Amino acid sequence: MAPAPHIAPAAPAGSPTADGTPSNAPPPDDGRRPGPRRGRRKGRKAAAPPGGITWRHRLRRDRALVLMTAPALLLVLVFAYVPLLGNAVAFKEFDPYVGESFFESFELSPWVGFEQFQRMWDDPYFWGAVENTLVIFLIQLVFFFPIPILLALLINSIISPRVRAWAQGVLYLPHFFSWVLVITVFQQIFGGAGIIAQTMRDHGGGGFDLMTDPDFFKFLVTFQMIWKDAGWGIIVFLAALAAVNHELYEAAAMDGANRWRRMWHVTLPALRPVIAMLLVLRVGDALTVGFEQILLQRRAVGTGASEVLDTYVWNVGLENGDFGYAAAVGVVKGIFGLCLVLIANKTAHLLGEQGVYKK
Amino acid sequence: MRPAWEEPPGRVGLTAKGVVLGVACLAILFPLWIVIVTSLSPAETIRQAGGLVIVPDGITFEAYRELLSGGQVTRATVISVCITVVGTLFSMTVSVLCAYGLSRSGSFGHRPMLMTLLATMFFGAGLIPTYLLVQSLGLIDSYASLILPSAVSVFNILVLRAFFMGTAPELIDSARIDGAGEFRILWQVVMPLSRPVLAVISLFYAVGYWSAWFNASIYLNDQTKMPLQVVLNQIVLEGQRPTGMSQIVNTGQIHTLSVQMAVMVLALVPVSVLSPFVQKHFKKGMLIGAVKG
Repeated sequence: MAPAPHIAPAAPAGSPTADGTPSNAPPPDDGRRPGPRRGRRKGRKAAAPPGGITWRHRLRRDRALVLMTAPALLLVLVFAYVPLLGNAVAFKEFDPYVGESFFESFELSPWVGFEQFQRMWDDPYFWGAVENTLVIFLIQLVFFFPIPILLALLINSIISPRVRAWAQGVLYLPHFFSWVLVITVFQQIFGGAGIIAQTMRDHGGGGFDLMTDPDFFKFLVTFQMIWKDAGWGIIVFLAALAAVNHELYEAAAMDGANRWRRMWHVTLPALRPVIAMLLVLRVGDALTVGFEQILLQRRAVGTGASEVLDTYVWNVGLENGDFGYAAAVGVVKGIFGLCLVLIANKTAHLLGEQGVYKK
Repeated sequence: MRPAWEEPPGRVGLTAKGVVLGVACLAILFPLWIVIVTSLSPAETIRQAGGLVIVPDGITFEAYRELLSGGQVTRATVISVCITVVGTLFSMTVSVLCAYGLSRSGSFGHRPMLMTLLATMFFGAGLIPTYLLVQSLGLIDSYASLILPSAVSVFNILVLRAFFMGTAPELIDSARIDGAGEFRILWQVVMPLSRPVLAVISLFYAVGYWSAWFNASIYLNDQTKMPLQVVLNQIVLEGQRPTGMSQIVNTGQIHTLSVQMAVMVLALVPVSVLSPFVQKHFKKGMLIGAVKG
């Protein structure tokens, strides 16, 4: 990370700081003012350097920067942190109609302690949703995860820049389509009135409808995911491949390694950190599988096969109005999700990889 | 260019690569092809094909004329375009400012502010409390509910920030000596140098707004306010008839299928047209994004 040398803007020359010492430090030999930045850069607690600037001065100096950060920070505080407090409804028998406003309803709804969580434990639908979520996660891990890696190796081995650019352009495209669009496309191809069923009927075959088949649904979801995002997933691998030192390949070739050996001993080790990082991210997100995607299709296949945790929360909370219970399911999902990231990351560290964040 | 030490590709290998790549690209392009062709086909052709058309036989823009001559789909398209433009501008303004504000390590409050943002990547607040919040802010049935809750993406801010931190410090210093304040430095020095990443992030935000279906489906109740994705879902997946259509659809001069496919084309065209222009910058953006903190 390149430190940004920074000339303190129009430092209040000679103006005394809060503790009475003059704020101008003696000029350092590189001609720059020694800010407290230097210490902060390495992440140490900033003890103000001798003759240094107090936080008041730093605020004055950086007020433009703080002002710039404020709007985004405010949005994040309101839309990511405030709802965390809102999770308190998980401990209530929350009835949105009992009061005029949310706060009034919140006041008037009775506390029920852990009753909602108890209910969850005894709820077969909840466990059904958990099972579906985990099964879809596993299917995606096995069938979806390796495909971008293989595709990236393939694209990387193509020498003609024009073919490469075209192939990448086409493969990236579906990532930018909405789920509504992707599912509509699938409906038109594989649905009961879709092009395959139509062709089969024309040739005397029976009906055919992949879109409403509960047994196939989990694979269908994975299949849609592959169509939409496998191409996009190759980018990060291509970036890692582009960063490989070509002398390694040359040296390996000198030592008599053929193309497969070079892939095994040079390319794959180069990809390993990226693979590990993405795997950690994927595992951390195990309880979130294709919310919009499944929500759009759950009516067609029935909830038995398609209900996942997210759609269950949506159904219980927003459709049936059982806010307290739905929030409790959301809380449990969030906590387990967080634990999964931490565990996965720890495992990555133990295996000598960097994971998402450093130790 | 192939380096001298590498073996020339064998015929089998070349063919296999070609086949795999060809199949992958076809699997993406073929569905789009039949959607576009069907939307442009006259009713007679569709009836003969008994469904989607693969080989075009005559072209008519009737379906589009019908959809865009006022009525539900026209309104939804206009709404989607407006939300995308306004939302992207808003998100970009907020994100660029924030990314620049955090790009100088060691500035006041830099670390806690960054941590506040980063932490949100590890937890989600949950659907129900978010919904209750939007509701108690009085945003139900307002377009702000489609923009504000998802206005900033921390990931995008990190990408921008990483890019901004790569700006040559000498440039910033010289601008400062010339008397420029932070806002002016951002606008006249840093942003012009960051055009590629600004383009990529704008595209990400724009696609997000254009494709959003879920927010609209839970926060909006008013049918007249629905954006295009909701209408697309209603018309094609739930099989509803678009309102405000004239008689010719009902009498069969335009096939319902070509109307449905035309709505799909409306939904897919903007992103398909924009993304190739930004494509060459994707890698840079994603690579920077992968290096966090």
